[in-house]
Amino acid sequence: MEDVMIKIDHISKQYRLGQIGGTTLRAELQRLGARMRGQEDPTRKIGAREYKDGETFLALDDVSLEVKKGERVGIIGHNGAGKSTLLKLISRITAPTSGQIGLNGRVASMLEVGTGFHKELTGRENIYMSGAILGMTKKEIDAKIENIIEFSEVRQFIDTPVKRYSSGMYVKLAFSVAAHLDSEIMIMDEVLAVGDMAFQKKCLEKMSDVSREDGRTILYVSHNMNTIRQLCDRVVVLDHGHIVFDGGVAEGIDVYMGSVDVTQYPTSYSLAELPRAKHHGKEIFTEAFCFPACDSAEFFSGDDLTFELTLSSQITRDDIKCLLKIKDRQNVSTFASCLSEGFCVSSGSKQTVRFRMNTQGLVPDQYCIGIEIVQFNAAGSCYSFDNPPVMIPLVIKKSEDESLKWDSKNWGSIRLSELHVLSREIV
Amino acid sequence: MIEANRFKTVITSEHRLLDLHLKETLQYRDLIFLYVKRNFIATYKQTILGPAWAIIQPLLTTIVFTVIFGSLARLTTADVAGDYVLPGFLFYMSGNICWSYFSDTLQKTSATFIANRNTLGKVYFPRLVMPVSTSISDLISFGIQFGIFTIFWLYFLIRGGTSIVLSARLLLIPLVILQMMILSVGCGIIISSVTTKYRDLNMLVGFGIQLWHYGTPLAYGLQLVPKRWMYLYMLNPVTPIITTFRYAVFGFGYFDLHYYLLGWIVSLALFYIGLIMFSRIERTFMDTV
Repeated sequence: MEDVMIKIDHISKQYRLGQIGGTTLRAELQRLGARMRGQEDPTRKIGAREYKDGETFLALDDVSLEVKKGERVGIIGHNGAGKSTLLKLISRITAPTSGQIGLNGRVASMLEVGTGFHKELTGRENIYMSGAILGMTKKEIDAKIENIIEFSEVRQFIDTPVKRYSSGMYVKLAFSVAAHLDSEIMIMDEVLAVGDMAFQKKCLEKMSDVSREDGRTILYVSHNMNTIRQLCDRVVVLDHGHIVFDGGVAEGIDVYMGSVDVTQYPTSYSLAELPRAKHHGKEIFTEAFCFPACDSAEFFSGDDLTFELTLSSQITRDDIKCLLKIKDRQNVSTFASCLSEGFCVSSGSKQTVRFRMNTQGLVPDQYCIGIEIVQFNAAGSCYSFDNPPVMIPLVIKKSEDESLKWDSKNWGSIRLSELHVLSREIV
Repeated sequence: MIEANRFKTVITSEHRLLDLHLKETLQYRDLIFLYVKRNFIATYKQTILGPAWAIIQPLLTTIVFTVIFGSLARLTTADVAGDYVLPGFLFYMSGNICWSYFSDTLQKTSATFIANRNTLGKVYFPRLVMPVSTSISDLISFGIQFGIFTIFWLYFLIRGGTSIVLSARLLLIPLVILQMMILSVGCGIIISSVTTKYRDLNMLVGFGIQLWHYGTPLAYGLQLVPKRWMYLYMLNPVTPIITTFRYAVFGFGYFDLHYYLLGWIVSLALFYIGLIMFSRIERTFMDTV
């Protein structure tokens, strides 16, 4: 059990809603006086709701967590889920309301790039400053300064005040200091979201290296799932101050994206009530959508997918098309969109159009589709008549005669037609 | 439950009253000195005169004092009765350099939390590092001013015709400086602890320092204070600092051991109260600042 680096034991952090305390000493004294006389708060605005003791906000609510040596934990969650509060508590910026945290080792927190940098100091001076703020001694920095300068790629400007730096150089230098800390626990909040792609990659690799080689423990908060996938080997999902998931990276990201919650796949939708943007729906209006002749929007891979649209029209046109946009689990759009062949509409009429699409190219998974009614002009640009704001979930299941297990994480969601062996020569 | 013996650091919601982080602050001494260096560089970068600015302000104040309080108002510059001869210029300057250290440090340390909230909100180090390094960087300006004072002092000493003597009392100077640091940091961190929540005191600091100035024998000698009010007057811990400083550098003046010790007790008490308040507030000030 020696290898537990961070143990968080029933931690809660409470914030008071509304204004914290009085804005002025006078208001606070008035309030205190009134409370002692048993009167109501004189500084409260008339009609404003009184904040009672119960009306507080728990940024973290009874959170417990154990992190072992060498683990790289990604912490994800929506805004306000408590991620940053958790990092602040572990890095001792603010104290918890209840509970305890045990730490086995020095903590280096990078909640911001360039903490402690001063614009008037040179790059070299700032390395010392920032290093010391993050907990290094001068001797340790002396030993590492060459590596830090090398890593930062700004050697040429190292004796120039950082106020003359470009923001990219500034970030690179700042991150380099942090990456060379000797602490056993590293805490990072979105700091890698800066710098150019090459440097970002270099940082991620550096972080993975130090974690693997020296057994450093990393806590990393980000909204960028790609960096989470690259860096972390464990994911904790926070929601409204609770841990809702703790485990593998892929599953954690799915939980966060909320895509695994869909268990029902309805087959018909009324689109008439949905608000449309701008001119949408004025000339041609999509009233309903349905998958006819099935109980649930579940299809076998390779089967035909049939759907019906009920359209009403105020204009007469031919060559109207339906655009089907398919998004995958990660909500990545436009990886598949299909156009129907043209059909006609006439003014004042209402019609039901049935479409068919082959699902051959879609690998078994869960998808969402959106529809749009469009027309193309001679120049090839697209005019949109209606775009109902709805994403219709459907699932493609593996067909029974299919034996291949598709690895959609690495291979993608579209399966193109098979490769053909043209010739084979032994050399 | 967290077993305290299994972890090097345990963070809890409880705060022990006397947990002042002094040892931890000492471990961060490299950071203290880097801050001192940073403050110095940042203050004087891109100025032509550089550290000479530290001299100009007390020098001008001293000249103004010499003209207004000395030549026009003709307030006494004697701390004790007797036939001592002391140039008004030296009298005012000795008080002004001490006062400018005290008021600068007090003003800067009282803004510790508010001025540094960006840094303090992002990284942990013992917060005491900040006021301590401020008090040390101000010591550099004080040193420069003291150097200039020494030049004038030497001039009057060599020229003669004054009562200034070279004596072993000069050895009191380090003690005076130490007390000055303790007192200014103590008052500063008390104010900084309170201002995280109530900004009122911020307004009061500038004004309060001005009032405090009048309650300290800077523009006038101690002789002006009626004897029966002396006990009350001496509760101001800056007074014994100023009078003892003059006593040390000039070799004559006012020195009363009781009041001197009282000054130390008040300074240390304020410092201690400051430490307790500071270590209490530093845990959660980010939520209220």
